[in-house]
Amino acid sequence: MSTRISMTVNGKAVSAEVEERTLLAAFLREHLRLTGTHVGCDTGHCGACTVLLDGKAVKSCNMLAAQAQGANVTTIEGLAAADGEMHPMQVAFKASHGLQCGFCTPGMVLSAVELAGKLKNPSEAQIREALDGNYCRCTGYHNIVKAVQTGLANMG
Amino acid sequence: MSATGIGARVERKEDRRFLTGAGQYTDDVLLPGQTYAYFLRSPHAHAKIKTINSAAAKAAPGVLAVFTGEDIAGKVNGLPCGWLITDVNGQPMKEPPHPVLAQGKVRHVGDQVALVVAETYFQARDAAELIEVDYEVLPAVVKASDADKPGQPAVHDIAPDNVSYVWALGDKAGTDAAFAKAAHVTRLDFHNNRLIPNAIEPRAANASYNRADESYTLYVANQNPHVERLLMTAFVLGLPEHKVRVIAPDVGGGFGSKIFLYAEDAALTWASRQLCRPIKWTADRTEAFLTDAHGRDHTTTAELALDQDGHFLAMRVKTRANLGAYLSTFASSVPTILYATLLAGQYKTPFIHCEVTSVFTNTAPVDAYRGAGRPEATYVVERLVSTAARELGIDQAEIRRRNFVTQFPYQTPVALMYDTGDYNAIMNKALQMADVAGYAQRKTATQAKGLLRGIGYSSYIEACGLAPSNIAGALGARAGLFEAGEIRVHPTGSVTVFTGSHSHGQGHETSFAQVVSDRLGIPIENVDVVHGDTGRVPFGMGTYGSRSLSVGGSAIIKALDKIIAKGKKIAAHLLEASDADIVFKNGAFSIEGTDKNVPFGGVAFAAYVPHNYPLDKLEPGLNENAFYDPTNFTFPAGTYICEIEIDPQTGQTRIDRFTAVDDFGNIVNPMLVEGQVHGGLAQGIGQALLEECRYDPESGQLLSASYSDYAMPRADDLPSFQIGTTCTPCTHNPLGVKGCGEAGAIGSPPAVINAIVDALAAYGVRDVPMPATPQRVWQAIQNAKA
Repeated sequence: MSTRISMTVNGKAVSAEVEERTLLAAFLREHLRLTGTHVGCDTGHCGACTVLLDGKAVKSCNMLAAQAQGANVTTIEGLAAADGEMHPMQVAFKASHGLQCGFCTPGMVLSAVELAGKLKNPSEAQIREALDGNYCRCTGYHNIVKAVQTGLANMG
Repeated sequence: MSATGIGARVERKEDRRFLTGAGQYTDDVLLPGQTYAYFLRSPHAHAKIKTINSAAAKAAPGVLAVFTGEDIAGKVNGLPCGWLITDVNGQPMKEPPHPVLAQGKVRHVGDQVALVVAETYFQARDAAELIEVDYEVLPAVVKASDADKPGQPAVHDIAPDNVSYVWALGDKAGTDAAFAKAAHVTRLDFHNNRLIPNAIEPRAANASYNRADESYTLYVANQNPHVERLLMTAFVLGLPEHKVRVIAPDVGGGFGSKIFLYAEDAALTWASRQLCRPIKWTADRTEAFLTDAHGRDHTTTAELALDQDGHFLAMRVKTRANLGAYLSTFASSVPTILYATLLAGQYKTPFIHCEVTSVFTNTAPVDAYRGAGRPEATYVVERLVSTAARELGIDQAEIRRRNFVTQFPYQTPVALMYDTGDYNAIMNKALQMADVAGYAQRKTATQAKGLLRGIGYSSYIEACGLAPSNIAGALGARAGLFEAGEIRVHPTGSVTVFTGSHSHGQGHETSFAQVVSDRLGIPIENVDVVHGDTGRVPFGMGTYGSRSLSVGGSAIIKALDKIIAKGKKIAAHLLEASDADIVFKNGAFSIEGTDKNVPFGGVAFAAYVPHNYPLDKLEPGLNENAFYDPTNFTFPAGTYICEIEIDPQTGQTRIDRFTAVDDFGNIVNPMLVEGQVHGGLAQGIGQALLEECRYDPESGQLLSASYSDYAMPRADDLPSFQIGTTCTPCTHNPLGVKGCGEAGAIGSPPAVINAIVDALAAYGVRDVPMPATPQRVWQAIQNAKA
């Protein structure tokens, strides 16, 4: 069974006929070829697939593409400015060496961006707690925490 | 030091693509005519396959083929093991077949039974559900401790007692004699908990066949594509190597688990030829838990003999290692060569004897995971040392100092020759950084809160850059252990570096570029590093065992030396001077003692546009490659100090401070080194406090087969770390580097457990098993009170 879905992804209107059981992550990766959204577990634990859905960080492997009908989705490909200038959170991750293999990074960065609307000048403990939905196996989180602190400060 | 040279904290060249979604991991590769694979796996730990009926699956929509063991029998060989261990009786280890698709029997939950290929992933998965497999379920042997007991089922017919080998290292008679005269013996029994590596990118492969030239291309999430190709072509598929290209593109973490040649890679490659279509497979997380090679799983009895002053006289270790159901690629070397050789630690223990019994069980294969044998050895040594200090009433730092190796080179009684080190300097820095002087005050403050505080030490050593090839060969390695590098200077003076090392998070594209830019005196932007592609890189042994910079970097240095030597000859011609008078410095060739010079780019241009060029003496072009085979291991070492607080009401442990001081020799990029240490510490602390792979002991079902059941550290499980370094440069490689990738995972577990035991010492607790979960810590307190 297929269904027609339409949404805005990274500022562009997209529409496609997909199998009903298609997950949002698969829709982004397979149909739109936005492969920056990664799937690390397909059970909602690892957070690599995190995207912003109407500004809210969601795990795109844990919802159907059809559930994003009409929504405004931002993936990691849509975070930098049109001229290629990276978002302050991306800059902070690079400056703080907040990534190694890069696989968890898109979800980690988007989860961190969402924090800006939630926490003002968060403590290290608050950041660690807020990143609870995103696994990283490379960095031990040390530099991710630093990156998020810097990124949030620079987002103003 | 320049802003981007050796020693500088250079931001990574690879980061932009990872931060903007432009990375290309195996699952991101989409080939024309792409098809998708799904592997039907065994739901049983041990069973005979009586029949497989795949007719309905073959007829399902979109299905192109269903392959089972019968289809590949006689065509596809089993997976090889890359290291032959010879047992105590001089016999080769028992090396049972490791089929790519099960041949009449399954031996662990997740063993691959059938490969379904379809136009879409959903079609392949749906069709797999239509395959009817009639199993005769057999009793399973799950625990290594049971494996050779009478009456246990045999995992393989060729090993009726489930023992692959019994292996030993060291002077048994000397060790026993030293124990006989010891003033004190410390003995511990423990289990080094089984771990599941869990790179966040699951394993993936995409294989294709090109009818035009009868060649294959395999994209695969792998740490050593040339080794993967060699093993797959020569041993499994019988293909000529030059017809197979293996590409390991961006790889989302490895930690050892992507070193190995896996059945899925070979099955896909073979099947792509049958269908003449590219076939992609990506593991889901459950498959990763079930089928990625696991790590550790040693059960050990360890004893340390000391004199009355706390000097170590001898160490005696008996270990049982769980190999799982099959011998994975380097499984046999991990509990032997990479384990027993490290039992000297940082200490001049004169006699050491270690005996290892490695057994098959109906569980997933066990192989190298970050540290691979060395964390197990360090746990043995550092738990013994800390326990002995407590028993003898000697300060933890003092007992270590009393026994440190201080003269180098140092020949251990377990085969290794340490080239250099200064363990006292490391200890001094660690004590200072950890503010051990302020510990008593912090303990008082903790006690005032009704909590317990403990401090734990661990002084580890590791051996990196497994080498040299001839000695490794004599010890059973079935591969060389060198590395290859190529420097391609382009006509305009920019450089492409081809390395056989592979980066799956380490940042070689930056650190290797720093080395080349530093040596050639050219901007780092003019240097790109290519890795992970047998079609572009001359050869390579890949990245594992913290070998990339010490071995791969040395190959690059050798190639650079050739470039500079040739450049001098070209410059001599251009400057009308003698070769011997040319010096190369700051990116220019000059006549020594003059300001007459030609820049590197000028020499490169002359090499490719050889109008004014000594064609009678020199070939045009500026492209050199080199192979580097080390003369010894490198020996990073460190002291880690961990302070924890325990809530005795709940058993919850919180790491309050963690200090790691390491001697990695010279450092190319401190920022990357710190990142490696942080990550290693997280995995080691994960082992100590959280992670445990657990099978049901009867059914052999994996109980920890999801992130709900396997506790991997999250951000709020860990502290920020204090990291420091000391430096004694490696004496035998040109960069003086040692390796930093595994140190954190090696050194940290005993530091954590020693801290917990210290906190519980008042209760008389002597040991807490890993992972020291709240339940276990609480139980230890209750048992001690009872």
